[in-house]
Amino acid sequence: MTENSSLHIPRPSARPGDEPDFSYLALSEAGAVRYPDPCTPAKDIEHLAGDLVRVLDDDGVAQGEWAPEIEPAQLLEALRLMLLTRQLDDRMHRMQRQGKISFYMQSIGEEAISVGQGMVFKPTDMMFPSYRNQALFIQRGTDIVDLMCQCLSNTRDMCKGRQMPIMYHDRKANMFSISGNLATQYPHAVGWAMASAIKGEDHVSSAWIGDGSTAEADFHYALTFAAVYQPPVILNVVNNQWAISTFQGFAGGQRRPFAARGQGLGIPGVRVDGNDLLAVYAVTRWAVERARNCGGPTLIEHVTYRGGAHSTSDDPSRYRPKDEWSAFPLGDPVKRLKQHLIKSGHWSDEQHEALNQELKETVTAAWKEAISYGTMNDAPSLDVRSMFDDVYKEVPERLKRQRQQLLDIKGAKS
Amino acid sequence: MSQMTMIQAINSALDVMLDKDPTVILLGEDIGYFGGVFRCTDGLQKKYGEHRVIDAPIAEGGIIGSAIGIGVNGLRPVAEIQFADYIYPGLDQIISELARLRYRSGGDYFSPVTVRTPCGGGIRGGQTHSQSPEALFTHLSGINTVMPSNPYDAKGLLISAIESDDPVVFFEPKRIYNGPFDGDPDKPALAWSSHPGGDVPEGYYSIPLGEAAVVEEGDDLSIITYGTMVHVAQAAVKKAGISADIIDVRSLVPLDVETLKQSVEKTGRCLVAHEASKFGGYGAELTATVQEECFWHLQAPIERVTGWETPYPHAFEWDYFPGQDRILAGIRNVLEAV
Ligand SMILES: Cc1ncc(C[n+]2csc(CCOP(=O)(O)OP(=O)(O)O)c2C)c(N)n1
Ligand SMILES: [Mg+2]
Repeated sequence: MTENSSLHIPRPSARPGDEPDFSYLALSEAGAVRYPDPCTPAKDIEHLAGDLVRVLDDDGVAQGEWAPEIEPAQLLEALRLMLLTRQLDDRMHRMQRQGKISFYMQSIGEEAISVGQGMVFKPTDMMFPSYRNQALFIQRGTDIVDLMCQCLSNTRDMCKGRQMPIMYHDRKANMFSISGNLATQYPHAVGWAMASAIKGEDHVSSAWIGDGSTAEADFHYALTFAAVYQPPVILNVVNNQWAISTFQGFAGGQRRPFAARGQGLGIPGVRVDGNDLLAVYAVTRWAVERARNCGGPTLIEHVTYRGGAHSTSDDPSRYRPKDEWSAFPLGDPVKRLKQHLIKSGHWSDEQHEALNQELKETVTAAWKEAISYGTMNDAPSLDVRSMFDDVYKEVPERLKRQRQQLLDIKGAKS
Repeated sequence: MSQMTMIQAINSALDVMLDKDPTVILLGEDIGYFGGVFRCTDGLQKKYGEHRVIDAPIAEGGIIGSAIGIGVNGLRPVAEIQFADYIYPGLDQIISELARLRYRSGGDYFSPVTVRTPCGGGIRGGQTHSQSPEALFTHLSGINTVMPSNPYDAKGLLISAIESDDPVVFFEPKRIYNGPFDGDPDKPALAWSSHPGGDVPEGYYSIPLGEAAVVEEGDDLSIITYGTMVHVAQAAVKKAGISADIIDVRSLVPLDVETLKQSVEKTGRCLVAHEASKFGGYGAELTATVQEECFWHLQAPIERVTGWETPYPHAFEWDYFPGQDRILAGIRNVLEAV
């Protein structure tokens, strides 16, 4: 029945045992792409969806018209946040392995996106993150103790024990609640920006989605609404080359870049080197300026690589070459920013090592504090009665009765 | 016969059907090269090729919608939705299209899609990896709904589901993928080799949809349940030291009313248990059916033991899960009522 099948089955460039092969990635030279005025009509800048905006060259020198003006102190702070995120990820990954938390997702290799973009948005702008934006929380001021407490489902967990690890939110930081259901945040961000426009405010919103998740209908609803109503929203696709075991070709990435997804609707798309903090910052600033000054959405594709496993439940050596990340042509965002700062005379290997050590200790101290608020197995524990809160604004009678039933059963048992 | 886990039994059912029927096609996220996040399709792409065991984009509505089209064009698709919690983007395709295609076309069109999906809690999955949404599907006309409780049933029922020209939503309770689970998370995990349902023939066999299984026979009351809760009920009955009929519904739609009726007419007392929340849950249908069929035989109100009417919380997984204590309390209510 299928011997004569002509169905196209996308195949990644390399599987376990193969040489990594990124020849499929279209790259531009650092500095090669011109910087258009942010209010340029979408139809005149269509090439930005296929080019790759890059600022840092192989030697770590900032090149071309997109090179942003950023104070070295700001870049040093960005480096610190990226390193802190990596230390946090390392720690939490190990804590999952030791059974202290049930699950974790690292963001190794993608830190420049959250940090570089976070530097552009204002506190009053609203963020709709995915589960790999931990650095954006940190950048916007969420205490890493709070992130840890969420993963521990303990008495200081902002989700009150209701969500799996990494499904954070931070109301004060305007960080929306992360959903386990992929892509749902995309239309939310568009709606939030629509309300901003309706109210005549100049706040923008932004959402993040993975390459794989762009296949979901919610992604396409969001683009349509963004194109129709032109709200001030920055839509990001984090193309880290892989979903779980399927590469970006299974989301249509073999035909056209993700940045071009909006072009049929007239939404400008920009493809950026997601491992180049300067480029990410510059492109985001461009898009925010466009949103605030001339209105309308921008779709940004960040080209990056998922440096770690999909999650602690995953073993990527089953479906991709072990050393694929080291062959990734855009390198490691931390190393690249470090190289730039050393090159420009603001940083040294020794300082880097010392900072890393200091952050490691920061994370250790934070973990100690976090577990003092309880762990999955050790007191203090959340009050089980709280399980029935927040289903509705007020606890309905039915739920009050069920809560009592549970207490009776637990009481009878102990 | 050989020993199989539920994962192996499901894999074996798919293997048997891919081999037997060249029109069978598998479609789902991560099911091909990788073999599925729970490994239910492990090795099948290698054996049957990329054109029969097909990796899909992350789009549940797309998976179910295109499966319908594949089925209309003469193939027999088995779609996997990675978690039941992620089936909702495909709901419109299931409710408005899959369930009603035959009816709305006056019987001229149909699509024999099977949708497999892991459900239920007990794996620390929080509110997005623990749900039991079967009632959303049992409410539909035009679709059948199945949930096995052991490897033997899983294989036989899945083969029937695939062979059926009517669409089936096939729920796989993931907590019992690797072994039976009696509701006590502190006990060491059991293997399927310790359970008679772990004996599974290698080759083809089928279990017809619409037949409940009487797992245990007794006189004090009838416990009607399915999925993971079958094992929890068995443990609770043992603990209570009573004698009960335990009925594993298996096929939620079509429902084997006759088996329920015979049992409750005999015992006169009935408890219904499921993991999903109570209000509007499938237990309401079971309760109403027993009431309609056996009212004059009932000696006590029918008791329902279910999950609470909240989303499934991560921290309080075992307070949410309707474990042995809750079933024991329910049994007491049913037996003590005059
Ligand atoms: C609606 C839905 N379908 C499936 C899943 C299971 N799932 C979780 S993450 C993931 C892969 C997502 O890949 P991508 O969008 O590329 O994001 P990345 O993990 O690479 O950041 C899948 C299939 C889910 N969480 N929600
Ligand atoms: Mg991805």
